[in-house]
Amino acid sequence: MQLIPCPWCGPREEAEFHYGGQAHVAYPEDPSALSDEEWAQYVFFRENPSGPFAERWSHSAGCRRWFNAVRDTRTHDLIAVYRAGEPMPEVIS
Amino acid sequence: MTVSPLFAWTDRLAALPVNASERPFLSQLTVRASDPAAIAAMGAVLGVGFPAVPCTFTAGSGEFGDVEVLWLGPDEFLVVAAPDLQIPIEEALRGALGSARGSVVDTSAQRTTVVLEGPHVRDVLAHGCSVDLHPSAAPAGTCVQTLLARTGVILLVTGADSVTLLVRSSVAEYLAAWLSDACVEYQT
Amino acid sequence: MNFRKPTGGAIDRNTVLRFTFNGQLLTGHPGDTLASALLANGVHEVGSSVKLGRPRGIVAAGSEDPTSLVQIETPYSEPMLLATTVELFDGLEARGLAGQGRLSPEPDPARYDAKHEHCDVLVVGAGPAGLVAALTAARSGARVVLVDEQNQAGGALLGVDEYLDDRPSAEWVADIVAELKTTPGVLVLERTTAFGMYQDGFVLALQKRTDHLGFAAPASVARQRVWRIRTKQTVLATGAHERPVVFANNDRPGIMLASSARTFLHRYGVLPGSRAVVFTTNDSAYCAAIDLAESGVDIPLIVDARPEAPARLATECAARGIEVRAGHVVTGTEGSSRVTDVHVAPLGDGHPDTVVCDTLLVSGGWNPVVSLFSQARGKLRYDSSLGAFVPGEELASVRVAGSATGELDLNACARQGRDAGAAAVVAAGFTPGGQVPLPVSDSRCTQRTGLVLWRVPGDEDASFVDLQRDATVTDVLRATGAGLRSLEHIKRYTTIGTAHDQGKTSGMIAAGIVAEALGVELADQRPTTFRPPYTSVSFAALAGRDRGELHDPVRVTAIHRWHVAHGALFENVAQWKRPWYYPRDGEDLHAAVLRECRATRESVGMMDGSTLGKIDVQGRDAGKFLDMLYTNMMSTLKVGRIRYGVMCGVDGMVIDDGTVIRVGEERFLVTTTTGNAAKILDWMEEWLQTEWPHLDVHCTSVTEHWATIPLVGPKSRDVLAAVAPSLDVSNEAFEFMTWHDTRVAGVPARVCRISFSGELAYEINVTAWHGLAVWEALMEAGSPYGITPYGTETMHVLRAEKGYPIIGQETDATVTPQDLGMSWAVSKKKPDFIGKRSFSRAENLRTDRKQLVGLLPVDPNVLLPEGSQIVETDRLPEPPVRMLGHVTSSYPSAALGRTFALALVRSGHERVGETLYVPVEDALVPVTVTESVLYDKEGARRDG
Repeated sequence: MQLIPCPWCGPREEAEFHYGGQAHVAYPEDPSALSDEEWAQYVFFRENPSGPFAERWSHSAGCRRWFNAVRDTRTHDLIAVYRAGEPMPEVIS
Repeated sequence: MTVSPLFAWTDRLAALPVNASERPFLSQLTVRASDPAAIAAMGAVLGVGFPAVPCTFTAGSGEFGDVEVLWLGPDEFLVVAAPDLQIPIEEALRGALGSARGSVVDTSAQRTTVVLEGPHVRDVLAHGCSVDLHPSAAPAGTCVQTLLARTGVILLVTGADSVTLLVRSSVAEYLAAWLSDACVEYQT
Repeated sequence: MNFRKPTGGAIDRNTVLRFTFNGQLLTGHPGDTLASALLANGVHEVGSSVKLGRPRGIVAAGSEDPTSLVQIETPYSEPMLLATTVELFDGLEARGLAGQGRLSPEPDPARYDAKHEHCDVLVVGAGPAGLVAALTAARSGARVVLVDEQNQAGGALLGVDEYLDDRPSAEWVADIVAELKTTPGVLVLERTTAFGMYQDGFVLALQKRTDHLGFAAPASVARQRVWRIRTKQTVLATGAHERPVVFANNDRPGIMLASSARTFLHRYGVLPGSRAVVFTTNDSAYCAAIDLAESGVDIPLIVDARPEAPARLATECAARGIEVRAGHVVTGTEGSSRVTDVHVAPLGDGHPDTVVCDTLLVSGGWNPVVSLFSQARGKLRYDSSLGAFVPGEELASVRVAGSATGELDLNACARQGRDAGAAAVVAAGFTPGGQVPLPVSDSRCTQRTGLVLWRVPGDEDASFVDLQRDATVTDVLRATGAGLRSLEHIKRYTTIGTAHDQGKTSGMIAAGIVAEALGVELADQRPTTFRPPYTSVSFAALAGRDRGELHDPVRVTAIHRWHVAHGALFENVAQWKRPWYYPRDGEDLHAAVLRECRATRESVGMMDGSTLGKIDVQGRDAGKFLDMLYTNMMSTLKVGRIRYGVMCGVDGMVIDDGTVIRVGEERFLVTTTTGNAAKILDWMEEWLQTEWPHLDVHCTSVTEHWATIPLVGPKSRDVLAAVAPSLDVSNEAFEFMTWHDTRVAGVPARVCRISFSGELAYEINVTAWHGLAVWEALMEAGSPYGITPYGTETMHVLRAEKGYPIIGQETDATVTPQDLGMSWAVSKKKPDFIGKRSFSRAENLRTDRKQLVGLLPVDPNVLLPEGSQIVETDRLPEPPVRMLGHVTSSYPSAALGRTFALALVRSGHERVGETLYVPVEDALVPVTVTESVLYDKEGARRDG
């Protein structure tokens, strides 16, 4: 059972968290201005890197805050966590 | 006539080695606010400052008697007071919140409260709670939202051997059943 | 014949334990394992092999044993246990197994549980290195957990008769254990095997707490416990396992690891036989030979594969009349249920000599136990002098000490333990306390130089690598001959290392034979991955208390008790128990539901709707926020009014629906479906926290604060008027889709005029504390009208007659509001809302999308099974058959006097009036497509 360091509550077991997919995928300013293809990119397409990946987590069984984490997809190690709205920290892959 | 979620469990809970008892019908208000002045003003009307540190609670006494304020999130708190005070407390908090961003919601019946006491409390909880409850890690004043067995709880460490659990009303009987079962080895 | 020595061992000879093995009554003593008790009775043959049916005995004294599988029948039948790890108790019944056991069909009555434990330093293994590590850590004041799989501490010391610091080693062990057990913050767990090591210092350990008590085990004490240990630092002092050498017919009972024979002698006071040949590649077996000789076992010969025997030990052997043949190997054995002869020849080539014996002791060197280290992602390195994989790197939070590193000298092992313990406490933020003195051993056999020998050439079909899997050298060579090179592939091809023992004694040898066959260096081979569990763990232990009523939380409403008392049958909706229907006088589902539907449509019914999700939405931007979440406009809703709303995902597919109540200018109460309450609150928080933090909106769940009672039917107004005297219930004063705060049965209540059935209906909300009292008051007030409580099935029928979809039944994440015929609920005015852009995607504009329609079977008595496919023709064409959709809901209807169904059908809205066909068993049932609303299409019943 991996520990995930909630930026508010500290390390808790992963069972307390809910996964939210890739971070920093903003809702488009004006969806109506997008082509079908551009809109589909937003709705359906996400990165799938081998290595550091910025993603969203919610401490759903705890403080219910969404936050971001950089996880190495090869090892599951969480390299950094940061609060929603904060910029992604520099990480070394 | 009012019925609390664990009214049928009173005797069974009392017989447990953790001296469990329900504290039914407490007044509970969920407060969302992040403006420091508004938070201070709400603390002032209750006579107890809101917790500034995550995963803690504060307790004090004022116009509404003994009040506890639980940290639930960076802008979320639960105010707990004696029964039948939810309406005046809601009004007082709204007044203190003023025009600042935030909300006050009466959630008194959303959860019920179970108090556990005695030397076995931490051992019993360790059967279902992954948070470290050792006094060095969870001193009195700790307030964590976590999973206990298979349900969510708000867990308050209130003293050396005492813990208060707040649990959603619909799963209170599950929690009572789980507690009873976890206590089996500690029965004398 | 009795092979128990008159003295020696940790055995209570004054107490006799009776047990049966394969039906034979035998005796042993407290302190015995089943294996030691069998050996004391001269029983070596335990079972037979899984494929070839060859006799199998006892190879090792501990959990690494590959062969002594038994089924115990008392106190509860349990298969696949090792005789070497079953502690003897009075009344034990055991049977040897032919490779596999039999699960009992009876439920296991014992308790199993789990417990979380947190520590600064976890030490695994209570041998010399682990004890010193644990005591070093304990003296620093750190929280320490020491786990050990044996019933007493000591590790390898339990199997020798040696002195530490000029006193029996047991005294040295006892002193350390005593100090540990009296140091605050230290937990010593015996009979506890750390079987899995995971990320972030998470270790699972299985404690066998009452297995050894047999029938005397208290029912209230968990028989086994899974410890969920979270540690900052770990010291692995897991020891080493002796490994054999492979030769022809190496699998006969009576052939045993030399150190294990020594353990049986010293720990249990048991002799392995009368006449034992010893075959070794290293020094350690000499100690076994000498100890056994001194205990009266005839040792005619030590066969040492090395060109030179160790001089000092050879001299000691000579003094005891033990012949030593250096440069020789065992090339084969004779016997069937027990070894009778051993063939000995010079290594390489030479004529074999035959020696008569009843026991053959083998030592091929030592395999450090690196399983947990490897599970912790530690890299392994091949040590060519040891012929084994050893820990190959330092990890930040995992240290290895003792013979688990490949170090075999006791003093050096203890030093490693002390260093590892000190380093661990420092890493955990503590200062080491008083230094633990290192013991000095008098052992004869401390040097480690051995010969690495995997196998002796001979009959490859009878040279067993994995005795439990009946896998031979032939099997390994067949794998390499087939072109396999990776050890992982060869493991799967040969099954070596996949039995209960996970190759503890066979895996390294298999790797060595593969390397020889391929002509590659073992240093270049990647060892197979070690995976949890290290030893077998029963499913009962893994399940723990999560069984029966504790398996999954049951959620109940404040009125649940009434439903139970009134005979309701329940339906599971997510974790909730909801009344399904209330049968009377032997009614079945259909009869009860027809009655409940009829009573509700003709007079008045009511149900417990408390499980609906309820979310309080507050803030200046609440209306704006709800406009983004719902497809229809919410910001224009007037205070006091209610609107039905649909929510979609960004892909435009319906995710939930419910009502939105405007409580105040800046406050709404929204409802969700029962199963989606938590999901929709999360969904709201996700948007607020990650996309629109600037919005002044806060959402709070009030699902369980309110008890919710829909009161439904033409007489509902009369019933409400009776319990809410201060409320003007007239149609003019209390319009459809409005709400009023009032008192119901004397209790503050919010009453909403909404309908999920098409009938005149009210939804009464009171705090959950009052739910039961108000329910009972409504029952009483409704009794003149024959008020009928109804369950979810009747609710489903009533709403289906009106064509109202149920999220998750009519929808499946591929259905848009337009597909449901709900374009009316999709705003054309709002510039944007979640899902809007997706509605104009080409895929969602297709006219052949599956759309919600009603189906009326031509035969009004035919009930279509839900989930049935729908086809176009009255005869099935050759496959593939084009499927037009499926039946989503299907019921008999009291109001319609016939059966009906809802279905998702391709181009369904254009097909109204067509006849389609539904395959039901062997027939094609003709159905007429209709609009989805089948009852009271003009909505005349809404106002009563």
